[in-house]
Amino acid sequence: MPAKKLNLRKRYELLTRGMGWETTHQDMDDVFPYDSFEGIKITDWDKWEDPFRLTMDAYWKFQAEKEKKLYAVIDSFAQNNGQTNLSDASYLSAIKLFITGVTPLEYGAHRGFAHLGRHFRGDGARIACQMQAIDELRHAQTQIHTISHYNKHFNGLHDPFHQFDRVWYLSVPKSFVEDAMTAGPFEFITSISFAFEYVLTNMLFVPFMSGAAYNGDMATVTFGFSAQSDESRHMTLGLEIIKFMLEQHEDNLPIVQRWMDKHFWRAYRLLALVSAMQDYMLTNSPLSWKEAWDVYFVENGGALFEDLSRYGLKMPKYHELATAEAEHLSHQVWSVFCLLGNATGFHTFLPTEEKMDWLSEKYPNTFDKYYRPRFEHWAKQKEEGTFQYLAALPQLCQVCQIPMIFTEVETDPMQLSFRVSEYKGDKYNTCSDGCKDIFDHEPEKYAQAWLPVHQIFQGNSGGATIPEVLEWYKFAPEDGGDYIGSQDHARWQEWKGADDKVKQA
Amino acid sequence: MSIEISAKTIQPVRLSYGNLKERFGDKKPASRYQEAVYDVQPTTNFQYLPIWNTKHELYDKSKTAIVMEDWYSFADPRQYYYGTYTIARSKQQDVAEHNFSFVDKRDLFDSVPEEVKQAAREILVPLRHVEWAANMNNCQITDECYGSNFSTLAMFNAMDRLGMAQYVTRLGLLLDGNEETSLDAGKQAWMEAPEWQGLRHAIEDMFVLDDWFELMVAQNFVLDGLVFPLLYDRFEKKLTVEGGATIAMLTEFMDDWYKETVRWTNALAKVTAKESEANQELLSKWTNKWTDRLVGALEPVAAKAFGADGIEQLTKVKEELLARLTKSGVTGLKRS
Ligand SMILES: [Fe+2]
Ligand SMILES: [Fe+2]
Ligand SMILES: [Zn+2]
Repeated sequence: MPAKKLNLRKRYELLTRGMGWETTHQDMDDVFPYDSFEGIKITDWDKWEDPFRLTMDAYWKFQAEKEKKLYAVIDSFAQNNGQTNLSDASYLSAIKLFITGVTPLEYGAHRGFAHLGRHFRGDGARIACQMQAIDELRHAQTQIHTISHYNKHFNGLHDPFHQFDRVWYLSVPKSFVEDAMTAGPFEFITSISFAFEYVLTNMLFVPFMSGAAYNGDMATVTFGFSAQSDESRHMTLGLEIIKFMLEQHEDNLPIVQRWMDKHFWRAYRLLALVSAMQDYMLTNSPLSWKEAWDVYFVENGGALFEDLSRYGLKMPKYHELATAEAEHLSHQVWSVFCLLGNATGFHTFLPTEEKMDWLSEKYPNTFDKYYRPRFEHWAKQKEEGTFQYLAALPQLCQVCQIPMIFTEVETDPMQLSFRVSEYKGDKYNTCSDGCKDIFDHEPEKYAQAWLPVHQIFQGNSGGATIPEVLEWYKFAPEDGGDYIGSQDHARWQEWKGADDKVKQA
Repeated sequence: MSIEISAKTIQPVRLSYGNLKERFGDKKPASRYQEAVYDVQPTTNFQYLPIWNTKHELYDKSKTAIVMEDWYSFADPRQYYYGTYTIARSKQQDVAEHNFSFVDKRDLFDSVPEEVKQAAREILVPLRHVEWAANMNNCQITDECYGSNFSTLAMFNAMDRLGMAQYVTRLGLLLDGNEETSLDAGKQAWMEAPEWQGLRHAIEDMFVLDDWFELMVAQNFVLDGLVFPLLYDRFEKKLTVEGGATIAMLTEFMDDWYKETVRWTNALAKVTAKESEANQELLSKWTNKWTDRLVGALEPVAAKAFGADGIEQLTKVKEELLARLTKSGVTGLKRS
């Protein structure tokens, strides 16, 4: 008897649905205890459309092919000392920030999606989250493997996970991902899949990957592109979950809008670190932060929200401010790193003449007016031997945990932006209206924050002096400070010849 | 322009990441498995308590009663990280795919006696739901466990179980030429047939277990330790004798998978029991509790599968499981 033909859609449905069941010995609300308390109303999980239809056998097969190719490149990169083909060893500051600040986020996403993969009531949504959970584990592991070779030849890459839990600027990514993970499952997925991966992912991916390509880092380019096909699945999931929530019940709209506002701002603040990487840490920059923001957020993001407006979803709150800040962001962030270059796990350096000219061209309204004078002043001080690192530790924003360095760009770009909230008799400082709103909505959450600078003052970070704290971070003396004169620099010169043009002053 | 540099002149300044140097020394570079799974999970300075579980930190050792001085004492003997895992499974799925298309193309099911097909419908097809539950349980372990070695292991296991649920589904579809009647009957049996209700009840109780290590024992040590040898091995051998070799061909993946899985469950039992008297007592308490419960639940399934021989088959499987765990250091098991 010839078998009945099954179309692909039907076949996929049979392979992913109907295996779960309504439990009868345990209450379904006990089996799935976390998917209703946030107030999101799901009337019919069966309406969930799988954003990608992948059965496990196909998943293993595709992913194994990608892994074989990736590891072949990593192996040959190591064998051929691919690190010697970089544009300059100072470029590695970006990779140091990446493995300490981004790779741990991949691991957090792995665990967060595993939580959803177990706890969403709908079978289809669970499977989609599980696939993302294992993908994110892949990203963490392939990044560790790729960067392992750099760790063998350069400083500052040796203890990324120890540092993620402690270092003053790494609490920015840590608090970001832990914020999402400690929220309910629908908020987590809105934060990670939609605000971060859908709306803002290109702001992370393009700078890092094209930056790597521009600077001869073929290892990073390879893992980046290998991850990209996973990312496109993740982005589709982000969009699907938003539409699903909005289609399920009209009461979901205000909740989703609030999460959107919050996590857009949260993710945007996290990306401030990327802006500095992009404009300053890369020896050669493919495009400026401002250019990237205009293309990926203003244009593409604008079109996306236009499309979502039929559900009633509006552009995230304070997006105009983010756009106004685009002309200032990277300069302000890189300045604070230079001033605290004695307490970073990567090398800092002042922009060269060539770099400053590039910045003037990319930031015609702001660079020469506000920022060039400051870098030139520091350069002069360095020449004269009078440059001093900041003696005091900076105050951190209670929400994004970036030092309070942002300014009132819309009114007076030289005026620090500073907001204060009160909660149970204590004062909490935030860097912006965006962060203040987030604090004020859930003060009981953000009052708990583990702020690295507070912790240093309270004696919880290895000691009272900077050297003690740095030791507790496992920052070796050779990891930070100026690039010029560092061990990384010396090694680079040894390979390339001392007369090779100095790329960073 | 890049300058030619002979590889010999470039010496590394260190061989491994710092955490691995501390654990394994600096004589040789750490393995890719070690790099991928050790110490990646955050351990301290958590920013906020989970709103959904304010009794525990985001990653918290006290989510199980098992206590380990170092949660990274356990290493997967298969040394699976994402790359080696997917490459291994990709090869296995190639074989499975070949088997499925071979059976399909040659209409091999036509020659399987109807009673054998019916037995497969009644005993094997409902296992689709058992695998689905195993997927949920291992996802729960991935969520709740402590350590990136455990989350890696449990994540792979969870995805394996989804894959196997899908293979059983395909078997179900082949049994009736894609009419879906076998899948429907399997689901109905799972929900209503008396022989499956004890198991379903036990599995639903596993869904709400608090302690992720108890769930590890219940699911991956005990339930798998009974179901795979009993149904994918012994029962399929019986079907083969009765003319159902075709069916055994389609579950080869499960046999290979189980042989491989036993390697890490043994290793995990061993490391955990060796750590302390208290751990070893917990392991034997949980093993006894779930062995009692699950053997009882499987009795009617075994009777249905093997007839009069059922209880004896189940008892043998149970003996093998307990002997294996005892050998791994879990003492005090009730051997009946
Ligand atoms: Fe990722
Ligand atoms: Fe992703
Ligand atoms: Zn802030």
